[in-house]
Amino acid sequence: MVAGAVDTWTEGRRLPQWLRSTLWFVAILGFLLLMWEGYKFLWTEMGWSWPVRPINRSMPHTWDIVDALFSPARRGGSDILLVILGEAALFTLREAVLGFVIGAIVGFFLAVVFVRSPLAERSLMPYVVASQTVPIIAIAPMVVLWAGRNDWPQWIAVAFISSYLTFFPVTINALRGLQSPPPTASELMRSYAATPNQELRKLLVPAALPYIFTALKISATASVIGAIIGELPAGLPNGLGRVLLRFASSFSSAPEKLFAAVIVSALAGIVFVAAISLAERMIVRARPEVFQAEPESLSVATHRGIA
Amino acid sequence: MSKSRKLGRLVGVMLALSMVATACGGDSSSDELTPIKLQLQWVAQSQFAGYYAAVDQGFYEDEGLDVTILEGAVEIVPQQVLASGGAEFAISWVPKVLASREEGVDIVNIAQVFQRSPTLQVSWADDNISSPNDWVGKKVGNWGFGNELEMVAALVKFGIVDQVEQVPQNFDMNGLLNREIDAAEAMIYNEYAQLLETVNEETGELYQPSDFTYVSYEDIGTAMLQDAVWARADWLPDNEDTAEKFLRASFRGWIYCRDNFDACVDIVLQNGTTLGTSHQQWQLNEINNIIWPSPDGIGIVNQGSWDQTVQTSIDSGFISGAPTGTVFRTDIAQKVLDDLADDGVDVIGSGFTKRTVTLVEGGE
Repeated sequence: MVAGAVDTWTEGRRLPQWLRSTLWFVAILGFLLLMWEGYKFLWTEMGWSWPVRPINRSMPHTWDIVDALFSPARRGGSDILLVILGEAALFTLREAVLGFVIGAIVGFFLAVVFVRSPLAERSLMPYVVASQTVPIIAIAPMVVLWAGRNDWPQWIAVAFISSYLTFFPVTINALRGLQSPPPTASELMRSYAATPNQELRKLLVPAALPYIFTALKISATASVIGAIIGELPAGLPNGLGRVLLRFASSFSSAPEKLFAAVIVSALAGIVFVAAISLAERMIVRARPEVFQAEPESLSVATHRGIA
Repeated sequence: MSKSRKLGRLVGVMLALSMVATACGGDSSSDELTPIKLQLQWVAQSQFAGYYAAVDQGFYEDEGLDVTILEGAVEIVPQQVLASGGAEFAISWVPKVLASREEGVDIVNIAQVFQRSPTLQVSWADDNISSPNDWVGKKVGNWGFGNELEMVAALVKFGIVDQVEQVPQNFDMNGLLNREIDAAEAMIYNEYAQLLETVNEETGELYQPSDFTYVSYEDIGTAMLQDAVWARADWLPDNEDTAEKFLRASFRGWIYCRDNFDACVDIVLQNGTTLGTSHQQWQLNEINNIIWPSPDGIGIVNQGSWDQTVQTSIDSGFISGAPTGTVFRTDIAQKVLDDLADDGVDVIGSGFTKRTVTLVEGGE
């Protein structure tokens, strides 16, 4: 209802698009906060305890979480928790960005190999799929140990763990995008005596870009998660992984700090995805006439990427 | 043309991102010092204060060592890191190493820093649990991964293995606080403190020691030797000199933390902006109490405690039999202690008394 009111109001005044989406975002945030506090209130009143007890030890008040963000992380500490979490998020984002770049390049390369050679696609694709069914927590310690023995900086090892999660959506979606031009388009290229490389550069890749950006947004969030998970066996003290580990173990006595850390971790992912969207707008939307992406096939690709 | 420009821009964005990613980093090198790595079994906290103090106070540097402390991490086993050459020294529990030795990891205990066990099994005071016999018919929690040995040995010793329900336990204490667990595993220096840093929502005050009772494995005779310094058996013969230097500096670190409590806590706090002050104070106080007094000098294995640890590991089925070969050596530590004692350093700490630490909410 709140959101609806905002919409009507904005329609009437014809507010710019960015302001409308901001208002929607705030309205939904307010709704979520209300749900959280409402649950606590109602469950306490009714004496319910399923699925989560409404006590502060499990569900701290929203204002306590905000208060924790703007209070020093420890007695006599100089930095507020938000600053500490922000620094940790930057550290983790650095690993995530490198992992994302490695994953995107490898993922795109695999897609090109697959589109060139159906044999390679048929024989290698099962392994690519299988790679994603191996739990990342089984692989992460191995990568960390190998990196340690070769004296690589640990954060590089974490970036590789992160890239393991990011290449897959790019491969799947880029492959679908590269296969998306109709046969007639390829035939036209060939009738102009275009080489396979020219066909790739001038037809296939531009057609695949919307698919690739869809994948990159999935990969951006996955890369942050991969970096956080990778930091745990790497024992890196500076990133979000360590912060989450510490606050999880003191969850009984300071639950609001863990929730604060979770919120900042989510923000890190959102910032990354927003950056990709911006890049997409610069590269793809700048020349929309080139891209006649079919919404249906796009959504199929998105679902596949997530699955 | 326009398409290739787009591709170029895409590549450009990628390159820019990767440059951001690689822009930071870089390491410093030291001159003339022997590089040494120490693998801890968990993340930086007062449990390892002595080693951090030895780095901070330059005790390792005095010995010509450049010591890098590798923090422990999830899924990383210190004795495996040590065995694979990822570190020269590692901190680990005796029973866990005994189990690793059966898998072929040949490492040697050169200093038994923790003299007594900090492990408790904590219950609500109103459940009137004062001995393992009271666990019968109750839910007894543990963390697994070899942390449950003292509890399992107690069940064997009291003959109640089949009469209690063993339940897995998280690293936070909500299982006990929500009364989903009747007796929860807790280290007196860590999880027990977390209970006392939690607000009782009925009173609005922190929980008090009088709200809980605990069984201490030290009291009931199934305690095991925990944090010790380990080195590879095949590395040690050619590097006894380095081991001696490392122990001398490490012992000085622990003695520093005994005699300079507040300064030592500050050193620990420098290793993590999210560490709570009062929690780390509590932890160092309890760790000091586990180390001091060391009747035979810090780092010397007490034969009785060793035998009990081995027997308890066998009784609880954790290892198949008594370990063969040299598992611990006291000669290196003894040499260091003699040197330190000659310099008038108190290596026993017979006058040590615990201080009173006031915990605050969240251990801040």
